[in-house]
Amino acid sequence: MAQTATEKAVEPEKKQTFEWIGFLQKFGVFMFLILLILFFTSQNPRFISIRNLFNILTDVSIYGVMAVGMTLVILTAGIDLSVGAILALCAMSGAAAVKGIGDTRSATPDPHKFWGFSWLVALLICVGLGALVGFIQGKVSSKFRIPPFIVTLGGMTVWRGATLLIGEGSPISGFDAGYTWWGNGSFFGAPVPVLVFFIVAVAGYIALRYTPYGRQVYAVGGNPEAARLCGLRVDRILTSVYAIMGFLAGLAGFMQSARLSSAESTAGLGFELTVIAAVVIGGTSLMGGIGGVAGTVVGTILIGVLLNGLVIMNVNPYYQQIIIGVIIVLAVGFDTYAKSRRGQR
Amino acid sequence: MNGDRPALLKVSDVGKRFPGVIALDKVSLTVVRGEVHALLGENGAGKSTLLKILAGAQYQDSGTIEFDGKPLRHELPYERQRLGIATVYQEFTLMPNLSVAENIFIGREPVRGKFINWPTMLREAKKVTDKLDLRVEPLTPVYALSVAEQQMVEIARALTMNAKLIVLDEPTAALSDPEVEKLHQIVRDLKKQGIGIIYVTHRLGEVKQVCDRFTVLRDGKYVGDAEVADTSVDQIVRMMVGRDVNYLPGEPHQAGEVVARVESITRVKRLPGSQSVPLRGMNLEIRKGEILGLAGLMGAGRTEVVRVLFGADPFDSGKVYFEGREVTIKSPNEAIALGIALVPEDRKQQGLFLTQSIRQNLTLPSLAKLLMAYIFIDRRKESILIESFRTALHIHMANQEIIIGTLSGGNQQKVILARCMALKPKVLIVDEPTRGIDIGAKAEVHQLLRDLAKNGTAVVVISSELPEVIAHCDRIVTVKEGRVTGEMPAREATEEKLMKLMVLVPGEEHTHVKIPAT
Repeated sequence: MAQTATEKAVEPEKKQTFEWIGFLQKFGVFMFLILLILFFTSQNPRFISIRNLFNILTDVSIYGVMAVGMTLVILTAGIDLSVGAILALCAMSGAAAVKGIGDTRSATPDPHKFWGFSWLVALLICVGLGALVGFIQGKVSSKFRIPPFIVTLGGMTVWRGATLLIGEGSPISGFDAGYTWWGNGSFFGAPVPVLVFFIVAVAGYIALRYTPYGRQVYAVGGNPEAARLCGLRVDRILTSVYAIMGFLAGLAGFMQSARLSSAESTAGLGFELTVIAAVVIGGTSLMGGIGGVAGTVVGTILIGVLLNGLVIMNVNPYYQQIIIGVIIVLAVGFDTYAKSRRGQR
Repeated sequence: MNGDRPALLKVSDVGKRFPGVIALDKVSLTVVRGEVHALLGENGAGKSTLLKILAGAQYQDSGTIEFDGKPLRHELPYERQRLGIATVYQEFTLMPNLSVAENIFIGREPVRGKFINWPTMLREAKKVTDKLDLRVEPLTPVYALSVAEQQMVEIARALTMNAKLIVLDEPTAALSDPEVEKLHQIVRDLKKQGIGIIYVTHRLGEVKQVCDRFTVLRDGKYVGDAEVADTSVDQIVRMMVGRDVNYLPGEPHQAGEVVARVESITRVKRLPGSQSVPLRGMNLEIRKGEILGLAGLMGAGRTEVVRVLFGADPFDSGKVYFEGREVTIKSPNEAIALGIALVPEDRKQQGLFLTQSIRQNLTLPSLAKLLMAYIFIDRRKESILIESFRTALHIHMANQEIIIGTLSGGNQQKVILARCMALKPKVLIVDEPTRGIDIGAKAEVHQLLRDLAKNGTAVVVISSELPEVIAHCDRIVTVKEGRVTGEMPAREATEEKLMKLMVLVPGEEHTHVKIPAT
């Protein structure tokens, strides 16, 4: 190839015009978030207080942790409907390990159990079990070519049932202070769940943008056949995103049980839809290959701001649901519109 | 000639331009009732354009078309169908999820009031399938049928339109020999009923078997027409290839040792969800420093055999050797690890990540070589690599983050070539390297392949364009119906010789082409 290395004049570039559609597609949701914050602040100045902002972030941090995993899943053109159920299963399993099952269960927290590291036992069980469950779902889906929608739809019921079995239908409550710190404590003034969300988001962002693995996730979502012909082991990558999703759902389960000091079989009910909404509002395409964690973080916070702001404004909770639903449809509708406009040229 | 019978279709001096190309230039074609008329020409000769114009999918810029005594205007496709022109396309237009009956009557369902009259539709469908000797139930979904049966459904659809002219676009490309015979029987029956048939094919043996007259197109121009009975296959081939092309004799090259070899690769079953043809004992030797050309028509098995070598498709029996050792390559991943790279046939479907950047497209398989701190992509190294290919291959791009879908076909192809070259492969397979790219880019791609071979890479080029194969390869292997039918040095190849090896069914007359030994 060295022989042809003579420089040729580069084609004259097309005149750069400001691309409104492109700009809005990239930053539209972020602008919308800023507008919302300004609006709610104008309605009630307390909205913008540090305390309230931390409240918002704490409220969405559990969604946010899962939304980072869901971003990976959706980038591969997949979906995971079982995250809420995995959250409950992991939380319940962790709690059962710490507190005992059936008659052996202690009524009051024992701070000396596991030498004071009961939180660590629960955490490891939560993320380990979550990753295992996710791995199984990913493997079943990629090996037997069953759409992930179906596999995780089944998983949604299976894991919820398993949760009821382990908890024998009732919640397990009352953890020691080391455990509940992960839900309610703070570290250098910042709530712990928010820090966990932050760390997970940064890790996800770096993994997607700066590692070969991240590139491969985009490639598999963008064109699985081309990815295969590029030598990627597509099945493995697909399986791995569900394992990571499970891991993060387990982590979310741990955070939830720590925050409520209770693991319940109904925990995380309906979370999958909120999490998917956060990812989609953040601009990740359900067709795969387009999007990223930055958008997902914005989408997650946007949902938190909406929920919190509507409460502060005393909006009827029934209306809140309607408003959030409409915004999801608008966000995706805009995304599709912007793409069709770009495709025309 | 046919002077006594009135023309059913009379195409006179039809011209059609596309931006930058003249697709048809004063093309004429006359078909009479009860005649099977072969429309012949190489790929890109203008056959498809002419068929689209007849079907009403496009309109001519100049010239006239008379059908059944009346001039055609700019009717829409369904209006042309009502007039009696039915086209059976090469790529099937059936809805796989619908039943045979629904497909036959789609858009023309017998109705009772506002509702589909199912009993009538099923009865009529049964009638027409029986006539075609197609033994499937009208309620069978089309996806459950074999390719040959699907073809029959297409023909059944044409029959129920009461077509006066049926256009068959390479109807036998995907059929086996007995199926071809069955189709020919049907064609003869239709002919007896006075229906005119335009028969597009690359198989000259079939022209001899079923066609009465033929018209040859070349480079969008009308070359001539004649009675099949008065013309030999050799004459037809000469008309199709036509021009006297003076090729530069391939530069003397040093063909090195054999890098990869496949032996008796056989695959009987069709792969699920694809149109792949069976392989019937394929042998290939790929040598260092040499450009090997694989010539063959679409569906001859040339793509299939390299996909087996690349680990992209499975096979039933046969052996693969790489650098003297027998190997099993079960996935493209393993092939790339050995040192084989593939530029796939279909750029958009199999090659590109259209929504992603040039950067992401170009370095994907070689990221392992661009790491820092073991896990992170070294973007600086990556940029340098991309930049080196941009200058070497003259890829026109504003920057590395441009979405690849916005580039021209030639530039997209260069990015894929760069992606493969970055792997420094020992064997580089390029399937249709210049399809859909302009002449300048073509020349650059050819030069690139030549340079790679000079530097010791074994290059395999698959192409439908014979001039390309002859001018830019060192050794040419012809493939037909899953078999190797001939091999010769490119210096000795002519389009006639190759075309014969590509179109004639082994065992037919005219097949015994003597290939001079070297």
